Amino acid sequence: MVNIMEANTITKNPGTAVLEDRAQAGTQETAERIPVFKTNNFNLWYGDNHALQDINLRFNQNEVSAIIGPSGCGKSTFVKALNRMVELVPIVRTEGEILYRDQDIFNRKMTVEELRTKVGMVFQKPNPFPKSIYDNVAYGPRVHGIRKKKVLDEVVEKSLRDAAIWDEVKDRLNENAYGLSGGQQQRICIARALATEPDVILMDEPTSALDPISTTKVEDLMHELKKNYSIIVVTHNMQQAARVSDTTAFFYQGYVVEHDDTKVIFGNPRDQRTEDYVSGRFG
Amino acid sequence: MSNYNIQEMIQKNKSNKGAVVEKSIPVILFLITSVSILATIGILYTLISQSLEFFSRESFMTFITSANWSPYGAEPEFGIWALVMGTMKVVAIATVFAVPVGLGAAIYLSEYATERVRKIIKPILEVLAGIPTVVYGFFAINFVTPVLQSIWPEISLYNAISAGLVVGIMIIPMIASLSEDAMSSVPNSMREGSLGMGATRLETTFKIVLPAAVSGIIASIVLAVSRAIGETMIVSIAAGSTPNASLDITSSLQTMTGFIVQITSGDAAYGSSLYFSLFAVGMTLFVMTFTMNIISQWITKRYREEY
Amino acid sequence: MQLIDKNLIAKKRSGRLTLNNAMKWIFFLCTMVGLIVLVTLIVDTLMDAVGYLNMDFLTNFSSSRVESAGFYGAIIGSLWLMLVTVPVAIFLSVATALYLEEYAPKNKVTDFIKINISNLAGVPSVVFGLLGLAIFVRAMAMGNSVLAAGLTLALMILPVIVVSSQEAIRSVPSTVREASIGMGATKWQTVSRIILPAAIPGIITGIILAISRAIGETAPLVVIGVPTTLLVTPDGLLDSFQAMPMQIYAWIKMPQEEFQYLAAAGIIVLLAILILMNSVAIFIRNKFSRRY
Repeated sequence: MVNIMEANTITKNPGTAVLEDRAQAGTQETAERIPVFKTNNFNLWYGDNHALQDINLRFNQNEVSAIIGPSGCGKSTFVKALNRMVELVPIVRTEGEILYRDQDIFNRKMTVEELRTKVGMVFQKPNPFPKSIYDNVAYGPRVHGIRKKKVLDEVVEKSLRDAAIWDEVKDRLNENAYGLSGGQQQRICIARALATEPDVILMDEPTSALDPISTTKVEDLMHELKKNYSIIVVTHNMQQAARVSDTTAFFYQGYVVEHDDTKVIFGNPRDQRTEDYVSGRFG
Repeated sequence: MSNYNIQEMIQKNKSNKGAVVEKSIPVILFLITSVSILATIGILYTLISQSLEFFSRESFMTFITSANWSPYGAEPEFGIWALVMGTMKVVAIATVFAVPVGLGAAIYLSEYATERVRKIIKPILEVLAGIPTVVYGFFAINFVTPVLQSIWPEISLYNAISAGLVVGIMIIPMIASLSEDAMSSVPNSMREGSLGMGATRLETTFKIVLPAAVSGIIASIVLAVSRAIGETMIVSIAAGSTPNASLDITSSLQTMTGFIVQITSGDAAYGSSLYFSLFAVGMTLFVMTFTMNIISQWITKRYREEY
Repeated sequence: MQLIDKNLIAKKRSGRLTLNNAMKWIFFLCTMVGLIVLVTLIVDTLMDAVGYLNMDFLTNFSSSRVESAGFYGAIIGSLWLMLVTVPVAIFLSVATALYLEEYAPKNKVTDFIKINISNLAGVPSVVFGLLGLAIFVRAMAMGNSVLAAGLTLALMILPVIVVSSQEAIRSVPSTVREASIGMGATKWQTVSRIILPAAIPGIITGIILAISRAIGETAPLVVIGVPTTLLVTPDGLLDSFQAMPMQIYAWIKMPQEEFQYLAAAGIIVLLAILILMNSVAIFIRNKFSRRY
């Protein structure tokens, strides 16, 4: 740990340089990859606490992008900034750009409601509403003004199928979602996020509250879902990042140490700290 | 250095006196605690015994079926419905006014307001809740009634609207702060779930927060209605002293509490039917507010821990 | 497969946002109703009171003549009233709160006592007045004295102080309690030397708020028959007395318009006392809160 702290103070700027270096290399490697999110020198403060510093990242369509890092490194804050959920904390201040499909999400033309309709979210703890399973999944389409029973029925079924939980709940759609297990609840929440057919799905440590079997199910699900969606997932579980993601960004103390294809991050990272972290030497 | 032994000194200091104190304190405290039970027994005994005395003189059937309350004169009639209707009119107006406003304020404080605004508004609500009801009565008769009369000249000096509105103002802080408590205790993860899929604050409030907090909100409303039923000074000052069971809200009426105040501030000869009728009316009032309080407590208890 | 009509969603969005914004303002207005009423009430009363609020008003007894009528008897009477209510209420309520929090076994009797106290809190004040009238004034033959009214009000505010004292006692952390018991102190030593002193600020705050409720309470005094036309202050607990809210009520009920101004002046004095008491309560709460 002491090592890391020293390394940090010494190589902070070189770390950013490596990142920029990588980003350019990345652009070449991934010429056919279409970006959904790009951030330009994004900074975020909680009051006086500079929680995110000069974040420059891109996330691509139809990929699973993992964000890893030790607790308190800003990874959850960052993913919540992508759909502006972070603004629910009143003392937050931001600087720099986040581009979603080349539109600045902080631009007044884009309302948070519109952004969040396109960029859905699955939370750390399963948070179903105290309503029936059906009403949970139909919630999004309904608030957005879709009322036709037939459409809603189809959307609910498709979302539950896509979230790989249809078979478990199809006979009890009118039961309260609270009666389900934690793993099932989390898949209901994924189905709920899918129901509005978003473009991007943000997942904030979606398996941290789940047992191993449910975790495997959710991981398999991410793999399936990337055919139709772009997924950005925060995880503190490195095996999970290695298993499910295409690219991985390593956050440390509020800035990005390294962002690259997952196989590079886990196979041949450029930064010593990344190597130390992915090999389990700290964090 | 020293020959003192603390442990020995402590042993020496231990006396029987200490043990007696330890044993007697809980008993003494329990005896004082039972004064609260005595108060309840006192209330029940007073109301029941004096009401029984009243019903030995006047017809119980008339009391609970008649809507004619004319307690004076040679042949008085005690029909409680005239007073109950008076109370109901005032309470209905108060509720219709206070529930939307109180809930609106609760929603604003819990769902929209920043921490700073909340810190300013909540003490104001506390101050409003602490204003003596006689002051509200003055406000009703000297401000609200004249304003209403200038808009709507048919309203008489004593009426149900003015009294009802001001009773409503009195219970707004109660509804607002208890409902806000109920809404604030809905976990944030639920709001996030809704906001995170593009729902507005309004949709999140009405579809997620309010349904989850509904038991606390209803309990607060029931409690506030109970408070409105028992409210005395505002109605004594602004509602008049004309018992009637009509639905007219523009003219003078009398509530149960208003009757008690009217009779006790004059001199009802001790031992007369009029005197004992106070307790029959008090009993009715007690039963109504007690029932509301029990309902409120039952709702809170029954539907707690939903998440 | 696209089931969701994205165009429909986009089309409906602006309406939803407008509604959200409009309702936000309506909710804000609801919140402001309280403030508006408070300001109106105080300004309106002050304007009525302004010509009548002077030293004579504070030093004269009540009178049927407007020019010479004052609030002196009522102010002194209310002080006498509190002289009975405050010690009795504090003694009964704090002991009850200590018993319930520190000594009461978990059983049906305790549950019953707790339910009883919360129901007592919901009994209308005018019913407490009937209790006072039948028990203290008549059965115990105290008449409409300071003692009868003071005891009635003490019973009325008892549940309020019990509940707030219970909260204050509960907020003393169990670590402090364990530290005391852990070095061999007895239960009562711990309660009297550690818990009670630590809970005192919270208890006092609750007491002040309850007293400010008692001081403005009118209905029980009317029922007990507190007079409004005395020309003396009481000399003892069994004497008749006047009280501020009672005097205000009597003036409001007078047919001549001038008495309304006197009532307004009385209200300003009463509100000033209440605001002072509340400020002290808030000061104590802020000064001593977050000690742990």
